[in-house]
Amino acid sequence: MDFSIILENISIYFEGLKNTVILVSISLVLGLMIAVPLAILRNYGNSFVQYPIRAFVYFFRGTPLLVQMFLIYYGFGQFDLIKESFLWPFFREAYFCALFAFTLNTAAYTTEILRGSIKATPHGEIEAAMAAGMSRFLMVKRIILPSAFRRALPAYSNEIIFMLHGSSLASVITIVDITGAARIINSRFYSPYEAFLTAAVFYMAITFLIVFLIKKLEVHWFAHLQPQVDKTVIEAPP
Amino acid sequence: MFSLHGYGPAIFDGTILTLQVSLVSLIVAMLLGISGALAKLSGKKSLRVIAQLYTTIIRGIPDLVLMLLIFFGGQVLINRVGPILGYDEYIDINPFIAGVSTIGFIFGAYMTETFRGAILAVNKGQLEAGTAYGMSKVMVFRRVTLPQMVRHALPGFGNNWLVLIKTTALVSIIGLDDMVRKAGMAAGATRKPFTFYLVVAINFLLITTISVYILKLLERRYSVGVKEM
Repeated sequence: MDFSIILENISIYFEGLKNTVILVSISLVLGLMIAVPLAILRNYGNSFVQYPIRAFVYFFRGTPLLVQMFLIYYGFGQFDLIKESFLWPFFREAYFCALFAFTLNTAAYTTEILRGSIKATPHGEIEAAMAAGMSRFLMVKRIILPSAFRRALPAYSNEIIFMLHGSSLASVITIVDITGAARIINSRFYSPYEAFLTAAVFYMAITFLIVFLIKKLEVHWFAHLQPQVDKTVIEAPP
Repeated sequence: MFSLHGYGPAIFDGTILTLQVSLVSLIVAMLLGISGALAKLSGKKSLRVIAQLYTTIIRGIPDLVLMLLIFFGGQVLINRVGPILGYDEYIDINPFIAGVSTIGFIFGAYMTETFRGAILAVNKGQLEAGTAYGMSKVMVFRRVTLPQMVRHALPGFGNNWLVLIKTTALVSIIGLDDMVRKAGMAAGATRKPFTFYLVVAINFLLITTISVYILKLLERRYSVGVKEM
């Protein structure tokens, strides 16, 4: 193995790293923004609202991300309606299509995660909020969502890592992310080990960084649930 | 929109191949998973370290990168080892084997975690009772642990299987004619990509829906004798 090829071309990998980070972080943020209202409606909305949300989640969780991406990138061009509209300049771009597919995909998974954690809100918390005279909106904002977010964190951290790994599919539709960089190096120098092992190292480093940051966040968010160390000394009664 | 222009049978063949890849990978994953779980729970430190490394590394790398590494890397490796063994022709690595071994290898890591949890969930007292009856270790595993761990392993196993089916879509990238690739070919010939990829998506939904139903039946079957909560 000859890793000097990699060192000479490391800038391609950093370009890829940049694209991976942008794709993953934008789709996670947008996905979360879509998922929160959907999860609330999925729990509290009437059935007219619930069915479309269920169908959305069912479709995006039940089909491979690759197929979703192909449907958008290759598929949308089939319709003259889209081709002639103002949307076409966006859907013509591989980058936008990948972003669009990733966002909808993570939105569906996150909706399902949040739906579960909202549903698991302890009754006592809701009763207490009602007893305190909160309106429904205030209750969702102050009591249900913060408590649900805490419960969702472990599952959501898995989703972040899945999204990071899923983003490697962007390389299939010509985007130079980390995997894309590896594929360029491999086809240029015919050196699969060096190319893909380097990509693997990049992904592992990001994965461990995410896991580390989430651990920190968990400590911060769950501080009130940690066993309290009582430092006061109780004097024996005289 | 829903005319398949005669590509129906081709997509059907692809679906069969997708199912084959899924099932063979599942068998590989289960074998690796059970060995991994036993290694993680074994008394030997070296085995535990290897199993831990295996699961950590797999969960840190995307499936696609691993698949490309095994597919392209395996090609290079075989063609370097071939001449040493006296085989001079160029060898093409079979994408079916590359795909199945990659997917099996990846999901073996996830199965390891599932099976480890399931084995730990079996009541310790029963294992001790088995030993007290004079059963050998293998016999205790076969008669006491295995039938009971199935129930604990099923939910995690089911999840892994559903993710595994969707992962098989990746084999189309390394040139295996599964339904995603067949759809791509049909789309190229008819200029109707949305139609064909939608058909593939619906096929995946059908497979996962049927799987969920079968898994439910299995869960009920293996929960016989356990109090319903």
